[in-house]
Amino acid sequence: MHSKKSIPNTAKSCLDRISAINEKLNAIIYIDTDKVLKNAQEKPSGIPITIKDNICVKDEPTTCASRILENFKPPYDATVIKKLKDAGFILMGKANMDEFAFGSSCETSCYGPTRNPWDTTRIPGGSSGGSACAVAGGEVPMALGSDTGGSIRQPAALSGIVGMKPTYGRVSRYGLIAFASSLDQIGPLAGNVRDAAMLLNVISGYDELDSTSADVACPDFTQSLENNVRKIKIGVPKEYFPEKGLDGEVKKAILESKDILQGLGAELIDISLPHTEYAVSCYYIIAPAEASSNLARFDGDQYGLRKDAKNMIDMHLKTRTAGFGDEAKRRILLGTYSLSSGYYEAYYLKAMKVRTKIKNDFLEAFKTCDVILTPTTPAPAFKIGEKINDPLGMYLSDIFTIPANLAGIPGISIPCGFTKGGLPIGLQLLGKPFDEETLFRVAYAFEQNTEFHKRKPNI
Amino acid sequence: MKNYEVVIGLEAHVHLLTESKAFCGCSTKFGLEPNSSTCPVCLGLPGSLPVLNEKAFLYAIKTALALHCKIQNLIKFDRKNYYYPDLPKNYQISQYDMPLAYDGVIEIESQESKKKIRVKRVHLEEDAGKLMHEAEKGVSYVDFNRAGVALLEIVSEPDIHSPEDASAYLVNLKAILKYLKVSDCNMEEGSLRCDANISVRPEGAKALGVKAELKNMNSFKAVRDALSYEAKRQIDLLAAGEKIQQETRLWNEARGLTIAMRSKEDTQDYRYFPEPDLVPFTVDKNKIDQIMRSLPELPQAKKKRFISDYSVSEYDARVLTREADVSDFFEATIKTYNNPKEIANWLLGDIASLLNARKVSIAKTKLKPGHLAEMLEMIHSEEISGKIAKEVLPEVFENGLSPKEIVRQKGLKQIKDSGELTSIIELVIKENEKSTNDYKAGKKNALMFLVGQVMKKTKGKANPKILNNILKNMLGGK
Repeated sequence: MHSKKSIPNTAKSCLDRISAINEKLNAIIYIDTDKVLKNAQEKPSGIPITIKDNICVKDEPTTCASRILENFKPPYDATVIKKLKDAGFILMGKANMDEFAFGSSCETSCYGPTRNPWDTTRIPGGSSGGSACAVAGGEVPMALGSDTGGSIRQPAALSGIVGMKPTYGRVSRYGLIAFASSLDQIGPLAGNVRDAAMLLNVISGYDELDSTSADVACPDFTQSLENNVRKIKIGVPKEYFPEKGLDGEVKKAILESKDILQGLGAELIDISLPHTEYAVSCYYIIAPAEASSNLARFDGDQYGLRKDAKNMIDMHLKTRTAGFGDEAKRRILLGTYSLSSGYYEAYYLKAMKVRTKIKNDFLEAFKTCDVILTPTTPAPAFKIGEKINDPLGMYLSDIFTIPANLAGIPGISIPCGFTKGGLPIGLQLLGKPFDEETLFRVAYAFEQNTEFHKRKPNI
Repeated sequence: MKNYEVVIGLEAHVHLLTESKAFCGCSTKFGLEPNSSTCPVCLGLPGSLPVLNEKAFLYAIKTALALHCKIQNLIKFDRKNYYYPDLPKNYQISQYDMPLAYDGVIEIESQESKKKIRVKRVHLEEDAGKLMHEAEKGVSYVDFNRAGVALLEIVSEPDIHSPEDASAYLVNLKAILKYLKVSDCNMEEGSLRCDANISVRPEGAKALGVKAELKNMNSFKAVRDALSYEAKRQIDLLAAGEKIQQETRLWNEARGLTIAMRSKEDTQDYRYFPEPDLVPFTVDKNKIDQIMRSLPELPQAKKKRFISDYSVSEYDARVLTREADVSDFFEATIKTYNNPKEIANWLLGDIASLLNARKVSIAKTKLKPGHLAEMLEMIHSEEISGKIAKEVLPEVFENGLSPKEIVRQKGLKQIKDSGELTSIIELVIKENEKSTNDYKAGKKNALMFLVGQVMKKTKGKANPKILNNILKNMLGGK
């Protein structure tokens, strides 16, 4: 099913690599070496994979990189973990992330920031920064991440690997600690398109434990990996190439990628997604609203951190004050505010209406094209600390990835170039609902005809 | 003094009789070891997701249809956000702006007239856990067995105008729910709970008065008592020229009064929003029609039928049809012993007292319709007297033996043998010379005394007709 080339690592060699470079990268925040070795002995051909720390693995710490979940070990496996175990994968611990997936830089983790393997003074992207970094740094061949507003695609782009957010409902969310339930989706991060397709094969499918998972047929995604994009119509939305706010080098790489695909026989079409400009504001109403409710359960009662206090309410207050970081608190406050009586109609309800318009933009566009081509991020990886005190600037780094979550459509980011300074650039392809196949096909053809994915960081 | 009108609206919470909880597979059985019937979903563990129990939903629709409600086109759930340690997720999955059903009606009989109480909404939600406090130790415990159990909230319009009518509404609601077999409506186990909104206004006034919400009423009697108390309290306040505060008040059963719990200012903002973990869905019209057709005959209809088919009184019909178990028993007995009036008398008399004393429903006893029919047949054929039957009945209840068998074992069969009776009567006459003489002297009452004495000696088994004849003959009276 997969070539040796695409799975170069055994669990043992991964462990060696992790012990050699993880201290520098801080990609993996927990690993039980003995358990890995034992599993590797039982499953010598098992594929090593690391898991974002917001996906429940039975009896292993699952903390969302938050102090409030310190020592929390779920008594159950997420559906995707069960599928990976059944398929013989070897779990290589937990990957770092922004606390509760709130962030685009992997800096808000209580375990400290993860570093970009291409330049360790820079962020790897986020929130699945640990997953992306572990793959890019060669610690593991693949990883699971979650994408609520770009949290797989953005770090994949900034770390120079492949990352896919499947259609909402394609992969079960059971066992994914929710950030924003209507936007969250688990997906693969890998060194190449084939591995990503193979991993999606394993984790996707209807799950009766998740009412939002879709009862639709799951094709073998590796079957769509043909080096042929002739007659495929690729839409290029003008709103994703703004005068301001798009880095010149990124823009150049994306336009060149467009030409490469055209050269391969794809048909390019100019399209418009008119409500794009409202996506970020819409997202920052809906996502924090859901998050404020999802995070209400972390109160010290049953599990995780508990700060002693004289009475229950003080205990809850002290626990949540000590347990959540600044960004988590910011989003809980935002969400609580926008759901409050008197504001609900003006914010949440309005945002839901805008969301429908954004979704309709895409459905309309897909009447004329098969996939949509955009930059994944407006700029390459920024410096650690550069935006940590600039939440709005940070939020804007997801400007091109957020719309796909609001619309529920699939998206993939693949390496498409490097800056002069050697930082990776990602190309984003967005697809029709449940048409990951065409995304894989175009991504694979691009990859087969370019060398970007072959470049490795010097670390 | 001005007259006041009482205005009451009721909010009933009913546990649905599904085997598993509303959004997970855990058992709903009552009285299990604390926290033994829990899983990641009902504990609200991180990452877990709810999945709607289809049966709970069907039960809800069934109930809504029986209450003549309209069914919502799109079924959606919402989150009600509030912090409480019995609520594992710190939000409750409920329904807010689109209850699954609305605009229904429950009929009640009130002082010989019928009234229609409108049902405003019916919605499905999950129950919370149970807190237990150990005041001396200063600790509290939480049991999540109840967390996530399917709860149906049935809200009436403020159409009720007396505590008695409130009680009648609940009695009828309970009867309907039990007919549908969707809830056991056991107030003691908390499977039926009720809150009330009550206000008063000068008679003839259009605007509603300021209301109080009453909680903690754990029986129908408590609902009646609490509402009576609260109505009087509010009327007294108004009569004294004072204002009523909008507040939540708790019924204190022991002290027989309501106590202010929280005022309107403390009302929580629940920050309702659509539950993103459950996808809204539409209900197939055919499915609704199918459920409609499968509804059993409901208490009101059955009552009417009993009056016309069996010529029982309105009152008897109402009581007989209050519980499906009883009406089923009644009709099953008629099949083998066709005397509805006699059956009704026994069911509403001796059998009802036995059931009350044991606090069981008739279906859960060893008494079967065949037993009652057999016993009534024995009375009819004078094998036993009605008095003996009253002794036989509890035995059937206890051990499930047939009345015939009990009569045989205990030798309770009537003494119809003239020879046997004659010798006993001779003895009684000998022992009661005075009464004998009194009778002969024309005091007819003396006969009753002598009959009583014979009954005493025969432990009530003497056939009264034969006894009377022999006695009169022997005494030589007319």
